[in-house]
Amino acid sequence: MTTATAVAPRAKRSPRQRAQRIRMVQYGVLALLVVLAVLFIDGRAVTSTFFRPDMVQKALTQGLPFAFLNTVAYTAGAFAVGLLLGTVLALMRLSQVAPYRWLATIYIEFFRGVPAIIVLIAFSLMPLALPGLRIPFDPYGSVWLGLGLVSAAYMAETIRAGIQAVPKGQVEAARSLGMSSGLATRRIVLPQAFRIVTPPLTNEFVALTKDSSLVYVIGLTADAYDLTKYGRAMSNTYANITPLVIAGLSYLVVTLPLTFLVRKMEARQARSK
Amino acid sequence: MSVTAARIPTGNREDEIQIYNLHKSFGDLEVLKGIDLTVHRGEVVCVIGPSGSGKSTLLRCVNLLETPTQGRIFILNEEITDPDADIDRLRTLMGMVFQSFNLFPHLTALENCTIALTQVKKMSPARAKEIAMQNLHLVGLGDRADSYPLKLSGGQQQRVAIARALSMDPELMLFDEPTSALDPELVGDVLAVMRDLAADGMTMMVVTHEMAFAREVADRVIFMDGGVIVEQGSPEDVIGNPTEERTRSFLRRVLDPTHVETPDDHAASPPA
Ligand SMILES: Nc1ncnc2c1ncn2[C@@H]1O[C@H](COP(=O)(O)OP(=O)(O)O)[C@@H](O)[C@H]1O
Ligand SMILES: [Mg+2]
Repeated sequence: MTTATAVAPRAKRSPRQRAQRIRMVQYGVLALLVVLAVLFIDGRAVTSTFFRPDMVQKALTQGLPFAFLNTVAYTAGAFAVGLLLGTVLALMRLSQVAPYRWLATIYIEFFRGVPAIIVLIAFSLMPLALPGLRIPFDPYGSVWLGLGLVSAAYMAETIRAGIQAVPKGQVEAARSLGMSSGLATRRIVLPQAFRIVTPPLTNEFVALTKDSSLVYVIGLTADAYDLTKYGRAMSNTYANITPLVIAGLSYLVVTLPLTFLVRKMEARQARSK
Repeated sequence: MSVTAARIPTGNREDEIQIYNLHKSFGDLEVLKGIDLTVHRGEVVCVIGPSGSGKSTLLRCVNLLETPTQGRIFILNEEITDPDADIDRLRTLMGMVFQSFNLFPHLTALENCTIALTQVKKMSPARAKEIAMQNLHLVGLGDRADSYPLKLSGGQQQRVAIARALSMDPELMLFDEPTSALDPELVGDVLAVMRDLAADGMTMMVVTHEMAFAREVADRVIFMDGGVIVEQGSPEDVIGNPTEERTRSFLRRVLDPTHVETPDDHAASPPA
């Protein structure tokens, strides 16, 4: 190899040998952990606590699918609200009209700065403050608005970054064809911006899916239970945590494929650069 | 202003672009220092000059992609620098071709050509497609209508960009170094399309470094340096037999392929 190695006072391991040793140690630690787990964890106790078969079956047949649909409904509605409002806020942030920029900035900083759970509670209590106000599709409407308003603040910043990532030449080409500024934004800039931010927006959807569990803070009737609320209620009833564990795993049905999709999209975007 | 009001604009239908005393500054940097220029119907004007001399800015002022700091510009005797001008409509009279193509990557070649027809000119999709296909055939890309820009070579993309501009049926065309971003072997196809356009009588204002093209196609060559028109005339005069020293030294640099252009070549900076 290099002369430096040749004149070294004592024989050193080659980099390849060293890497091999490090890998051996890593496998060793892993094997040790597995042995310890088998020795000290009582499999049956774990199963009866977290995965009691009769409870798994009860959960799956008694309303868990319905709670799953509720979670999806809360999430999708909030995402739609967030996307729409987030786009408006992003355009306001980039507006030539300064007061629009200020308003959008205040909104974004406010809703990114306060806990979503408090926004949600405030929204569910809105009819108290404003008698006569009726939020449509309650409780779904309140959740869509409450979570949507918060996620709009996050999405606005993402979408703004996407809009700014569209090259200036695109607008110039559009305008030189006689398109108005609004038309150029709608037909040329936004379609490209959304393509750019699809991965982060999908991540936002994943985050919202989990945040939808916050609906437990507002009073829900049983048929409006989301996964978490459903799992907790059933776990309390039967004094066994299995339903809550199953509810938790159900989130993965949505979040895992989406996370996988994001990774693929990001890889493709990286390749096309 | 009032002194020459009778002659500005000329009112002559043959004077397609009229530029009067055009100034443009970016902050403290004055890039255009009083340009007067008239481009006539069917004329091909090539603008040459060192980089940074304001050629792009001049072209971009013509369709108001840059707002002039001072001066007036008329397109077909309508003032585009008038604050009340219908800029979007005036822009439909001018096709613009950019150095970096600026095709819409989310649309196919065909859709690139139809979108302004349907959205701006409110044409039916069928009629728009018919016109777009005609122009794609004209630039030799009828068979690539359904391709997305990123699947096309640079030369093909630039020809689609020309077809896109032509689809609007413009009165005149503005080209900003249309071949500068192309691999040398792809330059010829684009220049051929432009040559055909010129032969067809299209009014063209072309910023270019292709001296052979300018010599062959231009009716008039304009040499710009430091934000002013230094010299203009027939290609034989300006390229073949320039009178100004600045023109001569620029041409020496451009025509000598061994010379590597550096910022020092045209910076008026004091010696360090
Ligand atoms: N948007 C801009 N903001 C600031 N400076 C600019 C801008 N556009 C061009 N310039 C400057 O104006 C000068 C002329 O630019 P340009 O018209 O592009 O020259 P050319 O096309 O002849 O190379 C350059 O010094 C350039 O840096
Ligand atoms: Mg330029």
